[in-house]
Amino acid sequence: MYFPQKRITIYAGHYGSGKTNLAVNHALALRRTGKRVKILDLDIVNPYFRTQDSEALFREEGIELIASEFAGTNVDIPAVPAAAQSAFDDRETPVIIDVGGDDAGALALGRYQKTIREENNYDMLLVINRFRPLARMPEEAAEIARSIEWASRVPFTGIAANSNLGGETDAETILSSEGYTLEVARLLGLPVVYRAARADLATALRHRLERIQPVEITGKVWF
Amino acid sequence: MADKVLVKGNEALGEAAIAAGCRFFFGYPITPQTELSEYMAKRMPKIGGTFLQAESEIAAINMVLGASSAGARAMTSSSSPGISLKGEGISYIAGSDLPAVIVNIQRGGPGLGGIQPSQSDYFQATKGGGHGDYHLIVLAPNSVQEIVSLTFDAFDLADLYRMPVMILGDGMLGQMMEPVVFPEHSERVLPEKTWATDTTKGLRKKNIINSLYIKPDVLEKINFERYARYAEVEAKEARYEGYLLEDAELVITAYGATSRISRNAVNALRAKGIKAGLLRPITLWPFPKDAYKSAAKTAKAFLTVEMSMGQMIEDVRLAIDCLRPVHFCGRTGGMIPTPGEIEAKAEEIARDF
Repeated sequence: MYFPQKRITIYAGHYGSGKTNLAVNHALALRRTGKRVKILDLDIVNPYFRTQDSEALFREEGIELIASEFAGTNVDIPAVPAAAQSAFDDRETPVIIDVGGDDAGALALGRYQKTIREENNYDMLLVINRFRPLARMPEEAAEIARSIEWASRVPFTGIAANSNLGGETDAETILSSEGYTLEVARLLGLPVVYRAARADLATALRHRLERIQPVEITGKVWF
Repeated sequence: MADKVLVKGNEALGEAAIAAGCRFFFGYPITPQTELSEYMAKRMPKIGGTFLQAESEIAAINMVLGASSAGARAMTSSSSPGISLKGEGISYIAGSDLPAVIVNIQRGGPGLGGIQPSQSDYFQATKGGGHGDYHLIVLAPNSVQEIVSLTFDAFDLADLYRMPVMILGDGMLGQMMEPVVFPEHSERVLPEKTWATDTTKGLRKKNIINSLYIKPDVLEKINFERYARYAEVEAKEARYEGYLLEDAELVITAYGATSRISRNAVNALRAKGIKAGLLRPITLWPFPKDAYKSAAKTAKAFLTVEMSMGQMIEDVRLAIDCLRPVHFCGRTGGMIPTPGEIEAKAEEIARDF
């Protein structure tokens, strides 16, 4: 398992890069090793796709979800759940934090930056997908990363490569993104912590790329 | 940019509009279409275009009127309550014979309603919304790729017929991500904008854009001329997609996102031996009446599926002159019908065949 093991793992990045899905997979993987795990939904930007969408799964697996009581309802006010503070106060329990997209979403994380940096037991992963408009060039992705660090005042510690074309993703989609991933890593001076791939593709890519992390597709499916 | 990208419906609207030559976007945020405004705010300055966040929806639609008067391709977008605010401006644009593209990513209503997907602005889009004798061309995509092609069409149709075009989506289409290709936009052959209030260079009389007519007989004549143009649109521009209609005894009909759910239901019903088919209008105005008339030949009944209390159902009944029973299956307020719900309703209807 290539998911980081520090007390706090934060997922941030461009809109639609797959932060929520990776955060959910990370929490599930930790939980399945028998650990107590919390997942904190800090997305105050987009009321449509949230960790809340996997609520039933969390209940089944025994993962503690901390989300705004308005998540998934008709109220789209940018509210941070009051219980969010408990994820930082309780330094015994691992927590996965799902941050909203871009610098706009990362602003909410800034509220907790002091305690995160003081505890100093965190990883913050930049989720990247080269098939997303406005982040297709490595320079654009790096610029988004810098604006997120500026808004949240929390420095990234690594990259979670998540280049995909949704349901049309194949091994070539991921292989052809390697140059992009390495260039973003070079520009930011960050290590590639893992490369996410659907389980069947992860098997196929095992010997061709390093640090391939199998993931499931979770959350909202409409059709 | 011919490669595939993974794009949200709202982002696709923005990128396609830019590819279609739109350089003026006047927006105001409202869930679930805000990504479009945000996308335009980021992209327009990079390509020499104008993004302006107006002080209200009413201001934004009137800025579209102004930009369009000057001959530019202009666009605005909103979601249901915001579109109501634009109603007056839309009527003025229609009354001034101006092209414009207006996007409605519908949410639950009435009133402030909610932010979840809905299709309850069908009447507003196809029957008016603003005041007076006028029509909008209403385009209803059902995938992110079709959002791209219909956005191209929207700008061309608006210029061709000098009328506002609405792209009618819903929260699902606006928010979902699908892999798409942005092809080169090859424009239709379009008339010169000889009416635009650009510079006369001292070579012609000044143009005036106006929707006020002092004499009623003049206004009547203008309305007659406009309706002659609408008749041409009805004759030439109605579009639909048929799926397994050839022998369909039960014709399920739905537009936009619900057509995707309905298609799954049609496949499940066929597997159970029920001859179901899907008729999906792509243009809601003009409504593809001939397709319904022709489907009525094999159909024993119709079933409309909508995220509303039942609005398009009235056009279906009119299109087939009430020759067959038209049933309804819908959810409202931001709830989304499931294939199972559609199948159950369809099986209940098919029991009487």
